[in-house]
Amino acid sequence: MQETLINIMPNVIEHWDDFIEAMKDTLLMEVWAGGIAFVLGLVLGVILTVTKPGGILENKPVYKIIDTVTNLFRSIPFIILLTALMPVSRAIMGTAIYVRGAIVPLVFGCTPFFTRQVEAALAETDHGLIEAAISMGSSPFEVITRVYLKESIASLARAVTITAISLLGLTAMAGAVGAGGLGDFAIRYGHDRNMTDITWITVIVLVIAVSIVQWLGGYIAKKNTH
Amino acid sequence: MIELKHIVKEFNDSGRDVHAVNDVSLTIDDGDIFGIIGFSGAGKSTLVRCINLLGRPTSGEVIIDGRDITALSQKELREARKKIGMIFQHFNLMPSRTVAGNVAFPLKNSGLSKQEIKAKVKKLLDMVEIGDKEDAYPSQLSGGQMQRVAIARALANDPKILLCDEATSALDPQTTHSILELLKRLNKELGITIVVITHEMDVVKTICNKVAVMEHGRVVETGDILKVFTEPEADITRAFIRSTSNLSKAEDFLKADNPVTRIKPGELMARLNYNNVRVSQPIISTAILKFQVYMNIVFADVEIVGDSNIGGTVAIFSGEKENISRALDYFKSVNVDVEVIKDARDVD
Repeated sequence: MQETLINIMPNVIEHWDDFIEAMKDTLLMEVWAGGIAFVLGLVLGVILTVTKPGGILENKPVYKIIDTVTNLFRSIPFIILLTALMPVSRAIMGTAIYVRGAIVPLVFGCTPFFTRQVEAALAETDHGLIEAAISMGSSPFEVITRVYLKESIASLARAVTITAISLLGLTAMAGAVGAGGLGDFAIRYGHDRNMTDITWITVIVLVIAVSIVQWLGGYIAKKNTH
Repeated sequence: MIELKHIVKEFNDSGRDVHAVNDVSLTIDDGDIFGIIGFSGAGKSTLVRCINLLGRPTSGEVIIDGRDITALSQKELREARKKIGMIFQHFNLMPSRTVAGNVAFPLKNSGLSKQEIKAKVKKLLDMVEIGDKEDAYPSQLSGGQMQRVAIARALANDPKILLCDEATSALDPQTTHSILELLKRLNKELGITIVVITHEMDVVKTICNKVAVMEHGRVVETGDILKVFTEPEADITRAFIRSTSNLSKAEDFLKADNPVTRIKPGELMARLNYNNVRVSQPIISTAILKFQVYMNIVFADVEIVGDSNIGGTVAIFSGEKENISRALDYFKSVNVDVEVIKDARDVD
């Protein structure tokens, strides 16, 4: 068994500890940056939805500011964000390198994307439902939690899926600030040292990861569609 | 009692001010089923949204039981809204919640325990006759069933007023009828005041006791249903009444010079409108027997509105010229409007 594995992917077996470490780093970045971006994006997406013209808490300045900032960060290529945000990382996390240093740029890169996804998901809510809830005496907060979010669980699950997968793509670039992770692992060994088996195993792991996320998102969406 | 005083609602439509509702004053008494009828764009939906301030009027007062609700704080307004139920054309049920979940929606923070809410939901669903659908999702229901759920939900906080915004417009005629019957029953059993927005005169005719006719953001006519039906003043009211009556077909046939509407020499065609006549009186038979005329009824439409009969007949008279005149005079004497459409008595 071991021999067969060594024959198929000698380099992977040789750098097995690095490989495990890379997966851990990717998972760490995904969970931390994803978790923070989820909360921020959800809040910002909700704020955009309710403050937009015709929204239940219409507020032009607030909408305009969040709208503009979101667009601004969405248009900056992630690799530039990664280096440009180094001072911010240092201020918040105490370091601009390793996994800790990558979290801040990952959050900045992912949140605007997820914010737009949330906004789009909530925009699908039938305005009639909002009107009905208000006519029943619901407060704006209740309209957000009991109608907008509750009725959009399926769409939000799909938004989270897309965002999580795109975040996985971003973590591959985080190697540029020494954050490690699977992307970095594949570049350093697979590309730089021409160890093709390492590139392949990385791709396989990522495909599996994406499939799991996709399946989970689809399952939650389906469970919440009636 | 709902009093609307000088309600104005303006919208800004790309720089142009549009008066959706223009100085409307109405009084709706407790226990009324009050119809507000108008063509689309007449401002009736905008007006009804002023009653629970889903859309705040630009100016004017909305006084419910002596309280001006435009002056309430946000919190007070939310409490006031719980006593004003509302149902919609497209039902607006929450798709992610079951029927029971939808009906329980407005009962959150009502101070009722879980068991009490459950019992109340059951009672409400039984009242609208879909007690067996508790665990179904809205997507599994028909339009009529969805509207019943919506009605149960609207009644959850025991409101004194129920606003119906085109509540039957998305339903087929039979279902419309059953929903209207339900509303009528709830009005009788609960004493709830119902405001019905519609563009269908049939709806008004079937359940309302009072009606306001709207056109271009204004109320052009209002009053007791029977009075509006029998003595319509505004042209649009007449148009609405005609739209519900078979007699409008007669008009079309006349215009098209259909063979049924052609008369022979010596004959006369007339429209007889019964305004609040006691139809138990056999006036047509009386005329025929007493004046020895023949009456060929081409169109007829007699209906019960409120508790009286109204309607009309288009008939071709033949017989002695004098007798026909006397028969027409007789009709006039028993409160029937006679309108001669064609007179060929002097044609040879």
